[in-house]
Amino acid sequence: MEFKISKKVEEMQPSGIRAFFDLVLGMKDVISLGVGEPDFVSPWNVREKAIYSLEQGYTSYTSNKGMPELRKQISSFLKKRYSLSYGWDDEVLITAGVSEGLDLVMRTILNPGDKVLIPEPSYVSYGPVVSLTGGVPIFIETSVKNDFKVTPKQISDKCGKGVKAILFNYPCNPTGASYTKKELKEIASVVKKHNLLVISDEVYDELTYDFDHTAFPSLKDMKNRTIYLNGVSKSYAMTGFRIGWAVGPKKIIAGMTKIHQYTMLCTSINSQIAASEALKNGFNSVQFMKREYQRRRRYIVDALNDIGLECHCPQGTFYVFPSIKSTKQKSIDFAKNLLKSKKVALVPGVAFGKSCEGHVRISYASSYEDLKEAIFRIQSYLKKI
Amino acid sequence: MDEILEALSNDARITPQELSKLTGKSLAAVKSDIKKYEKKGVIVKYKAVINNDLLDDSKPKVRALIEVSIVPQKDVGFDRIAERIYSFDEVISCSLVSGTYDLLVIVEGDNIQTVSNFIASKLSPMEHVRGTATHFLLKKYKEDGQILKKKRKMARLNISY
Repeated sequence: MEFKISKKVEEMQPSGIRAFFDLVLGMKDVISLGVGEPDFVSPWNVREKAIYSLEQGYTSYTSNKGMPELRKQISSFLKKRYSLSYGWDDEVLITAGVSEGLDLVMRTILNPGDKVLIPEPSYVSYGPVVSLTGGVPIFIETSVKNDFKVTPKQISDKCGKGVKAILFNYPCNPTGASYTKKELKEIASVVKKHNLLVISDEVYDELTYDFDHTAFPSLKDMKNRTIYLNGVSKSYAMTGFRIGWAVGPKKIIAGMTKIHQYTMLCTSINSQIAASEALKNGFNSVQFMKREYQRRRRYIVDALNDIGLECHCPQGTFYVFPSIKSTKQKSIDFAKNLLKSKKVALVPGVAFGKSCEGHVRISYASSYEDLKEAIFRIQSYLKKI
Repeated sequence: MDEILEALSNDARITPQELSKLTGKSLAAVKSDIKKYEKKGVIVKYKAVINNDLLDDSKPKVRALIEVSIVPQKDVGFDRIAERIYSFDEVISCSLVSGTYDLLVIVEGDNIQTVSNFIASKLSPMEHVRGTATHFLLKKYKEDGQILKKKRKMARLNISY
């Protein structure tokens, strides 16, 4: 007899994208613009600290919430960077990347049927983590006309019975879109009017290029209604260490901690020590990587427009989200054809929402040489079709 | 550091056209900046970093790092004697340093004898040189910020969200 798995899990979308991913992973000598992580290895001081921690015998559990030293650092970092005051002991939780933080926060705040607004294109896990808790994701389509930014009116229009929260991500994976302080203030006023909770995924905050990043809880009246998520993955090129943090109102953090202690218990002690070193001595590495990404961004945006794939210039991350409408192909077909004929991998837009058809996500977290070669290959593919 | 200099110090072969794309500056501005840097001596030269250890060379060159103690001269301090030393072709690097000696000199020669001869016949007897201590270099690991060992390919997955 075959056992059935939970309905909710069964309903989760693996879709055609999974098969495409398998195709990419099984292929050799691919130039990949489909990678969602930095092409830098974690800074040496961070790696050295992690190695040393093992030599010293740090192999135990830590406090559920995370090591006090790391939480204190995060608290003082937020104070210094964004003038935000959070108590390190009851308003900061160390999670296994922002991904775990997201899951915890949804399970903490949602009852079945509660609705969560999610601007689309959105990171792939947003919809599923909301649905898994019994919540209902309500997507708000944004478009290139608006630089993929959600407007206060769009939020307002979707607010209504049962809408409890908005899940915000800026700079945004996959579009790179981000918001100025002025734009955020306008969004904050709608959020307040409709009494929404805000889950703000700001893991790409350090990779903002055209203006200073504003943390959502630093806006007037937003701190007590925002769960701020961040981590070391993108800024410090530490994806594999799996360290993120959730910062927010005591009651919500306490709720998240309850789930975390039963499911994750705590994150790896060595990773926490490495993250602590990154926050302490990693500033120069972040700035170095940011300058490098900034140069590649200029190159890739111009190059894509030059070869006929319309591409807006994003304000942050290491992604661009060009249109492939000129090819008249579906994004998954475009990605497959390009992979098969030219061995260039990228992520079809539909992975980030139904409304994202006609776009692909290109990551410029690759060496300049690889980017040049990839552009050359895409161009020769476009000439053939 | 200026963006153009940062990019050039990483890859001296990058073209003004590429620099213009990467920095967002106009081609003319990039060219004029480079010219300005060259004229001012900020950009001294464009060169490749070579790992001699990998050369199929039957006669590899020998390098020595020499600590030189000198007596500073009136009015010109260490500069004049430094100039006399660094003007030799054998000297590939020369710096004034703090600590127990004064000049750190790197000398290159065809073999240990030529380097030793240079030290014995040119450097040590020089007026105002009080003494030298020589260290022959055995293996180079990193030069000009560049690790010489070939980098391993990163273990990133080819595709991820």
